[in-house]
Amino acid sequence: MPVKGRIVRISGPLIIAENMQGAQMFEMVRVGEDRLIGEITRIRGDKAYIQVYESTTGLKPGEVVEGTGAPLSVELGPGLLGTIYDGVQRPLPLIAETIARDLPHRRMFIERGIDVPPLPRDKKWHFKPQAELGGKVEGGDVLGIVEETSLITHKIMVPPGVRGTLTWLAVEGDYTVDEVIAQVRTDGKTIDIRMAQRWPVRIPRPFKAKLDPTEPLITGTRIIDTLFPMARGGTGAVPGGFGTGKTVTLHSLAQWSSARVVVYIGCGERGNEMTEVLERFPKYKDPWTGKPLMERTILIANTSNMPVAAREASIYVGVTLAEYYRDMGYDVLLVADSTSRWAEALREIAGRLEEMPAEEGYPSYLASRLAEFYERAGRVEALGSPERMGSVTIVGAVSPPGGDFTEPVTSHTKRFIRVFWALDTKLAYSRHYPAINWLLSYSAYTDLVAEWWHKNVDKRWKEYRDEAMEILLREDELQEIVRLVGTESLDEKDKLVLETARLLKDGFLKQNAFDPIDAFTTPEKQFKLLKMILDFHRKAAQLVEHGATVAQIRDAVGRLYVEMVKAKFSIKNDELEKIEELRNRALKALESLEARLG
Amino acid sequence: MGMEIAGIREYSRITEIKGPLLIVEGVTNVAYDEIVEVELPTGEKRRGRVLDVARGVAVVQVFEGTTGITTTGTRVRFLGKPLEIPVSEDMLGRIFNGLGEPIDGGPKIIAEDERDVNGAPLNPAERSYPEDFIQTGVSAIDGMNTLVRGQKLPIFSGSGMPHNILAAQIARQATVRGEAEEFAVVFAAIGIKYDDYMFFKKFFEETGALNRVAMFVNLADEPAMVRLVTPRSALTLAEYLAYERDMHVLVILTDMTNYAEALREISAAREEVPGRQGYPGYLYSDLASIYERAGRVKGKKGSITQMPILTMPNDDITHPIPDLTGYITEGQIVLSRELHNKGIYPPINVLMSLSRLMKEGIGPGKTREDHAEVSNQLYAAYSRGVELRSLAAVVGEESLSQTDRKYLKFADLFERRFLSQGPRENRTIEQTLDIAWEILATLPEEELVNIKEETIKKYHPNYRSM
Repeated sequence: MPVKGRIVRISGPLIIAENMQGAQMFEMVRVGEDRLIGEITRIRGDKAYIQVYESTTGLKPGEVVEGTGAPLSVELGPGLLGTIYDGVQRPLPLIAETIARDLPHRRMFIERGIDVPPLPRDKKWHFKPQAELGGKVEGGDVLGIVEETSLITHKIMVPPGVRGTLTWLAVEGDYTVDEVIAQVRTDGKTIDIRMAQRWPVRIPRPFKAKLDPTEPLITGTRIIDTLFPMARGGTGAVPGGFGTGKTVTLHSLAQWSSARVVVYIGCGERGNEMTEVLERFPKYKDPWTGKPLMERTILIANTSNMPVAAREASIYVGVTLAEYYRDMGYDVLLVADSTSRWAEALREIAGRLEEMPAEEGYPSYLASRLAEFYERAGRVEALGSPERMGSVTIVGAVSPPGGDFTEPVTSHTKRFIRVFWALDTKLAYSRHYPAINWLLSYSAYTDLVAEWWHKNVDKRWKEYRDEAMEILLREDELQEIVRLVGTESLDEKDKLVLETARLLKDGFLKQNAFDPIDAFTTPEKQFKLLKMILDFHRKAAQLVEHGATVAQIRDAVGRLYVEMVKAKFSIKNDELEKIEELRNRALKALESLEARLG
Repeated sequence: MGMEIAGIREYSRITEIKGPLLIVEGVTNVAYDEIVEVELPTGEKRRGRVLDVARGVAVVQVFEGTTGITTTGTRVRFLGKPLEIPVSEDMLGRIFNGLGEPIDGGPKIIAEDERDVNGAPLNPAERSYPEDFIQTGVSAIDGMNTLVRGQKLPIFSGSGMPHNILAAQIARQATVRGEAEEFAVVFAAIGIKYDDYMFFKKFFEETGALNRVAMFVNLADEPAMVRLVTPRSALTLAEYLAYERDMHVLVILTDMTNYAEALREISAAREEVPGRQGYPGYLYSDLASIYERAGRVKGKKGSITQMPILTMPNDDITHPIPDLTGYITEGQIVLSRELHNKGIYPPINVLMSLSRLMKEGIGPGKTREDHAEVSNQLYAAYSRGVELRSLAAVVGEESLSQTDRKYLKFADLFERRFLSQGPRENRTIEQTLDIAWEILATLPEEELVNIKEETIKKYHPNYRSM
C-alpha cells in the first residue's frame, strides 16, 4: 500500500509532509489537490522531504501527499524519437493540447498538474517477431523489431532482470505499446511483456561489458575532429562564459555528428533554443543518411523558467533514454546544456534542506553526482542476444560564473571527462567561432582514434595533426615576444610561423556553423585542407632556410593565399580534387620563387 | 485568533518582525505565494505575500516595508489568491505603481481580466522562433548585433553612460520594415531615480507616443520590495497585449540591477545560504522567470521584445547580475566607458556585444544578402585593429607592418564613421551596410577573407563605381 501523508511546510520547490512512514527514498509522490509530481529526497522520522517538479504556488499545509510505491521512472518504447519532453518525460505538445481543451487562450503556457502519458497510447506500431518460441530468454534479448522512424529500427527487448522460457510471442502485426506482445514463464509465474517498459532514472541500465572507445565520433567541426577528437562512448565538457558559443557548438554536434540517436537536454537554458531545434531539425537532413534529423532526435526541455526541481531530474531522464537506445546497439550522443544549471538546482534544493554547504554553496556531493552522471557514458557490449555493441557519448556544457574555469562545477567536471573543449571569451569577441581555445583544450582520445584515421583517411593524419598543434603552440610563444618588440624584429623563420598560424586559424580552425558548405566538413576534406596548409608551410620553410623572406613568399602566392583561406567555404566536401589542385598551384608558385631566387 | 469571510482570513498574532518580513502565527489554510493585506493600527494598508508556510506559521514579505508595524493591533489578511493585476487595452497611455494601481490621477481601470503577475512558463513547443528584423536605425545594432521581434536583448551599461538615450532612440526608431504598425511600449521603472523617470516620461510625451505606452513606476525612494513585483506586473500586461490583443510589444525594464539588489535583501532577511557576492543561489532562475517572458508563440500575431537595462556595478561584466543575465538573454549590447569618454555616441562596444538571434533575422529578403559576411568581416577587422592598437602603444606604430597600420586606421574609421551617429539619426540598413563597405574598402582587398568573391564583386566600392 503506497503511503499517504499530509503537507506540513512549503518553501519554494521543497515541501515537507508528515505521516509518511514506509515511504522510500527517491519514491515518486503526488502532491496536493493538483497531484503535482514530486520525489522524496530525505526521510526523517515520519516526515518526508519532497522536491516538487511543478510550481508550488497555492499549495497549503494539510493537503494530501500520496506515494506511488515506485521511484521516478521513465517509459521506454517506440514513440520516443522526434518528441520533445519536459524534465519528467511529459510530451510538451500534449501538455499544450490538454490545456487548450479548457483554456484555448492559455495554450502557450505550461500550467500545473497536467497528467499526460510519455508514449502515444493509441498509435499502432508494426511489430515483427524475431525470437524463438519455447526458447530460453533473458534480459536484453531481442523479441522483435518495430520501424520506429525511417532511420531507426526499434528493438523490443526482454526487460533486464527477466529470465525464463518464452511461452508466447505475438505474430507480426500492429500493436499499441500497452498490448502484451510476449509472455515469459519463470518460476511458475508468467510475466507479460509489452512494448512500453519502465526503468528508474537514477539507476544505470545494465550491460555485459564496457569496451574501450576507439572509434571517433565524427562531428564535422574541424577543430574538434582534427585537434581534439571525441570518441564514441566518450565524455566531454564544453565550458565557456556567455556568448562564447556553447549552444551553437552543441547544436552543431546534435546536427552533424555521426551518432545514430541524439538526446538533447536543454537544462535551465533558453526556451527559444529548444524552439530552434524543434523548427529546424524536421527540415534539416541527417548528413549521414539524408533523412530528417528529427527522426533520430529526442529533446528534453526544462528551460530556465520551468520549475527548478525538474531540472535536476531532466539529466537522469535523458541519460536513461540514451542508455535504452544504446542497449539496442546504437551509438547515442547525449548533449546536456547546461550541467551548471543542473548543479545549481542541486544547490538550491540542498539549501532548502539546510544541508551543510561546501564550495560556493554547492552541496558536498556535487562531485560524486557529476561522476555518476558521466560514468553512464561508454561503449558497451549490450545484454542479451543477438550480440551487439552500443555507446553513449556524453557532452555537457558548463556555464562558469564570470567565465572562471576554477569554479566548482568546471573544476569537478574536469576530473570526470576526457575531452575538454574550452571556449574562450577573447576568441568569441573577435568572432572566431568555434571559440575553442587550442591552448586550454585537450582530448585523451587522440591516440585511440588515430588508428581509425590512418585506416580510413590517411596514414599520415597524426603526423600532420601534431605538426599543426606544434605551430599553434609556437605561435603563442612568439606572440609573447611580439607584444614586447613588434613583428618586424622577428627572424624570418618565426615570421613564417606567425603567417602559417594565421592561415591555420582563418582557413582551418574558424568555421561558420551557418554557412551551407562550411558548417560540416568530412574527415577527408579536413585532412586535405590541413595538408594543403602544412605542405605549403613546409615548402615555404625550405625557402626561408635558403634566404627567402616571408614578404617575398606572400608576394609570390598573391591571391592564392586568399583562395587557401576561403577553400573551407568555397570548395564542397565532394570536390576534394579542387583542394589538391589549389595546393599544387600554391606549391608551384613557391617553386617558381625558388627558381627566381636561384 | 482568525476569522474568515469569503475566502479572506484575518489574523493578528505577529510574533516577529525582521527586515521586510513578518512572522504570523496561529494561521490556518494559508497557501504558498498567497497575497496578503496588512492593516496597521493607524488604518494604513500595505501589501505582502507568503514566502514560506508551515502548519500554523506563515512568513510574510511586506512590499512597502515594515516600518511602523507593531506586533499588537496590526491585522494581517490572507486574500486567498496570488498577486494579480487587472489587464486591459485601456492601460496603454496610463501610469501605474509597481503593483499595477493607477497613479496618474486618471479613472480606475475597467479590467478585462485579472492575471497572476507570476505568469506561467511559455511552453517551448508552442513558441515560434523570432526572425523578423527590427530596424533600430543604429548602425552598431542593425549592422552587427541585429535585433529581431520577440528577442530579449539587454543593454549592459554603467552609471553615467547614455543608456537611457539609447533605449529611447531605439523605442522611437524601431520599425519592422514593410509594416506600418508601431510597437506598443510597456515601460517598467525599477528603483530608478526621479530624473531618469522624467527623462522617459518627457520623451514619450514629446514623441506623441504616450497613448501607446503603459508605465509601471517604482522609484528609488519607494519601497524596495515592490521592485520584485514591478517587472512582473509590466510583463503580465505585455503578455495580455501580445497574445490576446495581437500587438507587438516592446518592454523596457530599467534598472535590473535594482531588482537584483532587492532580491538579495529579502534573501538575507530570510537567512538563506548565499551564492556569489551575497546574491541568492536562485538569482539565475529568478531572473529567468522575468527574461523568459519574451518571444513569439505559434498562431499568434503579437510578440514581446524585451530590452532590459542594467548598470554593471563598477563596469564589471563578470559581476553576478550582468553575468547571469547574459546567460539568459539572447545576447547583450555592452556600452563602453572608453568610447563614451572619447565622445562617441552610441558608445557600443561591438566586440563584447552580441545578438544570438541575428542569423535568422538577416539576409536576402530581410536585410541584404551581403549582411552576414560584411558583419563577420567588420568584426574580424575591428578586433584586429583594436589588438594592434594596444600593440602599437607598446612597440610604436613604426614597428608594425604596412598592412597592420591599415588596420589601425580602420579601427579609427570604424569608431568615427560607422559607430558614431546622432541620437536622432535614423539610418536604414542599406545606409549602414554601405558605410561598412566604404570603410572596409580602405583595407587591401585580399584582407577581406570573410567575404565571398562574388559578394565583393557586387558590393565592393571598387567594382560598384565601374
